[in-house]
Amino acid sequence: MKITLNVWRQKNPQDEGHFETYEAPDVSEDMSFLEMLDQVNEQLISQGDEPIQFEHDCREGICGSCGLMINGQAHGPQRGTATCQLHMRQYRDGDEITIEPWRAAGFPVIKDLVVDRTAFDRIVEAGGYVSVPTGAAPDANLIPVPKATADRAMDAAACIGCGACVAACPNGAAQLFTASKVSHLNLLPQGEPERYERVANMVDTMEQFFGSCTNMGECEAACPKEISIDFIAMMNRDYLKAKFRGNGR
Amino acid sequence: MAIFSSNGDNALDGRVPSGDIETLWDQHKFDMKLVNPNNKRKFEIIIIGTGLAGGSAAATLGELGYNVKVFTFHDSPRRAHSIAAQGGINAAKNYQNDGDSVYRLFYDTVKGGDYRSREANVYRLAESSLSIIDQAVAQGVPFAREYGGLLDNRSFGGAQVSRTFYARGQTGQQLLLGAYQAMLRQIDAGKVTLYPRTEMLDVVVDDGRAVGVVVRDLLTGAITSHSAHAVVLATGGYSNVFYLSTNAMKSNATAIWRAHRKGAYFANPCYTQIHPTSIPPGEEFQSKLTLMSESLRNDGRIWVPSDLDETRSPRDIPEGERDYYLERKYPAFGNLVPRDVASRNAKAMVDAGHGVGNNKNGVYLDFADAIDRMGADAIAGKYGNLFEMYERITGEDPYEVPMRIYPAPHYTMGGLWVDYHLMSNLPGLFVIGEANFSDHGANRLGASALMQGLADGYFVLPYTIGNYLAPLLGEGLVDVDHDAFKVAEKEVHERVDRLLGVRGTRSVDWFHRELGKIVWEYCGMSRNKAGLEKALSEIPSLYQEFQADVRVLGGEESLNESLEKAGRVEDFFELAQLMCQDALHRNESCGGHFREEYQTDEGEALRDDDNFSYVAAWEHNSPDEPATLHKEPLEFNYVALTQRSYK
Repeated sequence: MKITLNVWRQKNPQDEGHFETYEAPDVSEDMSFLEMLDQVNEQLISQGDEPIQFEHDCREGICGSCGLMINGQAHGPQRGTATCQLHMRQYRDGDEITIEPWRAAGFPVIKDLVVDRTAFDRIVEAGGYVSVPTGAAPDANLIPVPKATADRAMDAAACIGCGACVAACPNGAAQLFTASKVSHLNLLPQGEPERYERVANMVDTMEQFFGSCTNMGECEAACPKEISIDFIAMMNRDYLKAKFRGNGR
Repeated sequence: MAIFSSNGDNALDGRVPSGDIETLWDQHKFDMKLVNPNNKRKFEIIIIGTGLAGGSAAATLGELGYNVKVFTFHDSPRRAHSIAAQGGINAAKNYQNDGDSVYRLFYDTVKGGDYRSREANVYRLAESSLSIIDQAVAQGVPFAREYGGLLDNRSFGGAQVSRTFYARGQTGQQLLLGAYQAMLRQIDAGKVTLYPRTEMLDVVVDDGRAVGVVVRDLLTGAITSHSAHAVVLATGGYSNVFYLSTNAMKSNATAIWRAHRKGAYFANPCYTQIHPTSIPPGEEFQSKLTLMSESLRNDGRIWVPSDLDETRSPRDIPEGERDYYLERKYPAFGNLVPRDVASRNAKAMVDAGHGVGNNKNGVYLDFADAIDRMGADAIAGKYGNLFEMYERITGEDPYEVPMRIYPAPHYTMGGLWVDYHLMSNLPGLFVIGEANFSDHGANRLGASALMQGLADGYFVLPYTIGNYLAPLLGEGLVDVDHDAFKVAEKEVHERVDRLLGVRGTRSVDWFHRELGKIVWEYCGMSRNKAGLEKALSEIPSLYQEFQADVRVLGGEESLNESLEKAGRVEDFFELAQLMCQDALHRNESCGGHFREEYQTDEGEALRDDDNFSYVAAWEHNSPDEPATLHKEPLEFNYVALTQRSYK
């Protein structure tokens, strides 16, 4: 099939950027979205034009590198699917697709479709861990964790850190990312001792980079791992308690 | 590179201490020198790579008090390819009371590796597995649990006990996040400094020691030097030499290859693992292969149609016309035979014309019986995310029709040679995780890669590096203005300029794909002398074409993926030749190295223990001179060498 692409091109963070139109004349429905872009890049290279820079690595939906706004939707139209797992069988011959980088104040554009997501690492640094030095751990079966609790913690821990939640949010808020890490650890007995300090520090750090949550729910709809906004409520509850308790740096 | 030269007189010393294997590591930990807690802050350590091995090492060394600089080419350390490991991690906890022990894990690993690994390393690995699970659970890794709240286990490719711990199909992700979080805690504490989007392009060697690295900032193109008392490479494997593999697109051999060019020996490059359960390749545009965790083999049954001209849908083929060939040939292990055996059998079936799918290039992995037995919900609980992934890629629903699978390059047992201390032959250069050659012999067992990466980073390197550093107390760093650094920087600049200056007609990817086809054809799942010789004549000419005709557009002063790839593919060209040379010199079959000339009557790998029971460690010479072979003899004092049999 033949696809027309409008792709955001931006030389560097200072450049204003603009859309370029490219034709992808020979797209197979078995291609992944990124393989379609690979093909466009091969074409650009053979014409002597600089290829489109986009983030990608594992191409199996787990590393969280990729992430494109596809016709205004983070990761495109298929629910629970990262860009690299989106396949062209979702499109029809003659379709026109607009591709932009994540749009959020917390994610400055580096080049073309690549953005800077290092603010996520700052949030985790602020408390997204259990302080257990190597070698200090007791036997793994010493602390039983109810299966339902472990499963729920895993639901939250499935976050791949791609940033779609921020990109989809009208406020550019990072609540779903932060809540998934807070909830993963705060649900488990291992995370209990640092529960309130963790949530206070992570949320306070998050607010230095990202907008505020107004419960729009766009994040959950865009999340390739379908992480529930219930975790945001859980985080908010813990955060409120933490502030009453005077936790945080 | 020309044909290899053999130099059997320089026997390599693996520095394995003597003593009883069961107490060896404990005794050695006592014997090794320590660095006083107040002195640890006087040492600088560089770590390249932030996967399970690099991340866990950075966290642990930071906790101990060393000053650590850690480099990753990703935007965040959490993106390392360890994250994609699906199935699980082995540990000899014997929580299932099914007869497991440290000794059994050790035994299984040596046997599974087809007797080409170092016994002492493997025993230490099996011992460390216990602490890894404790550590990960304490970090909050949400492993699967039973209703009583205790940890669940499953059996995994090639094991007759249930010793694999897992977190749905995302075990690698969860363990990596555990290590990543522990490392970020040390970044917050100021003990670890992170350099994201920074690629190592050379190791700097002064007076025979590794003293630092040259790196390139991928955003600005700036090339800078960093000095340290020790350098740790944790940069993963080289399966992408095949172009199509299950590795992430950016996984590469550049760090270990450049270290090899600086004098580090490369061991057993021909030991590559082909994973039996990946989605078969489709068309020319395909960029990578997607693995389906081999945990699926626990409940899925592998079969092909008996009839070569079969055209019916798999559901319409009656039982009597199906060949469950693994269950038929290996009644004891059935669908759980080790990876190399499962892979070769799939290839044999496809080569014989029994392949399934439009391209007739796969075999069926069928869950119908398991769904009947346990119900679809139970299957979804175990493999739900894998089934979804499969459906997204192929458009087929594995709850309804069997999956199609085929082997794919997945893991490389070969890597830089290291001694018992995980130090290369270059003092001060340590290599951990998949990047070294150490623990898996000629074939790795399923769920053992995560185990090795974390054992090296959490529980081995932090001890052995102290032993190396202790005598260096008081010695300053080599200045980055020293000649050794300046010469290395100049070489890196020249390479970048050269690659940008070719201005040829073909893309880097085109060359990578063509190289991959040669390596897969002649040095892939099975090899023979004529094919390897053919590869050794074809690769250099393709490489010459690359040097004359590659087209790398854009400049060096901003993000330029083509330029990054060009350097990596250039290294793959050289590595591919060493792989083929190693495969050609090893006149036997063992594990993942299957030479067609050397097989039993039943078609199994036929080892030649009298002549090849050694580690082949290759020393780089100048580009036109053959690599020199050094041998480390392997001795087996605990596990008797036998012909592997999984009947």
